[in-house]
Amino acid sequence: MSDARRQSLLWIAQRASAAVLGLCVVVHLATMIVAVRGGLTAAEILGRTRGSVTWMLFYSIFVFAVAVHAPIGLRTVIAEMRGIHGRVVDVAMLAFAVVLMALGWRAVAAVTMGAPA
Amino acid sequence: MTEAAIRRGDWRARGHAGWWAFALHRASGLALAIFLPLHFLVLGTALNGAAALDATLGWTEGPWVKASEVALVFLLAAHLGGGLRLLFVELVGWRGAWQPALIAAVAGGATLCALLFALNLA
Repeated sequence: MSDARRQSLLWIAQRASAAVLGLCVVVHLATMIVAVRGGLTAAEILGRTRGSVTWMLFYSIFVFAVAVHAPIGLRTVIAEMRGIHGRVVDVAMLAFAVVLMALGWRAVAAVTMGAPA
Repeated sequence: MTEAAIRRGDWRARGHAGWWAFALHRASGLALAIFLPLHFLVLGTALNGAAALDATLGWTEGPWVKASEVALVFLLAAHLGGGLRLLFVELVGWRGAWQPALIAAVAGGATLCALLFALNLA
């Protein structure tokens, strides 16, 4: 794949994931502001999420979009601020994406399907 | 302003609202990228049951942690607003003279979200 084509695909992925995250973050912010009333507890969080297919799907999509968006953004920051380009950064960012996706989906499983209280 | 001066990060550029929007978007993005793995690890403790998650959340009762949470809500809302503005600038062609007002509105909206969160957290 040519460098221009790779840059174009990353640009599209960054903007497409940003559009998805725009919706997800609005829901997440509203949920957080309401949820912290009276303190942040496991009962409050798990009472809302555990057993909910809707929240599981929502957070799974949220995590996927974040795992696409954040490494591409970080790659741009590293290139612009440190002047580092190339395969090493690309591999590191791919690894970061995999870590985010793995930890994120693990967290989604924990709050939607984890062990009962 | 010469191109070389711009490349060196000339301080005159910092007089523009667009530069502050760029700086806030970059700083908030970096902070969120660092915070996310930690956030996922904390939530992941629920795999061992509600008590395990509660034990981890107990750590967040400290005043500095609460202040950090409020700051993160501000950064998340700022990154959201700034990102949506960028999408509209790039894809819809919003480049009017009212951009500085929109940037100020994003900052105000992020501050409002952080204050609402702080009020409910207190």
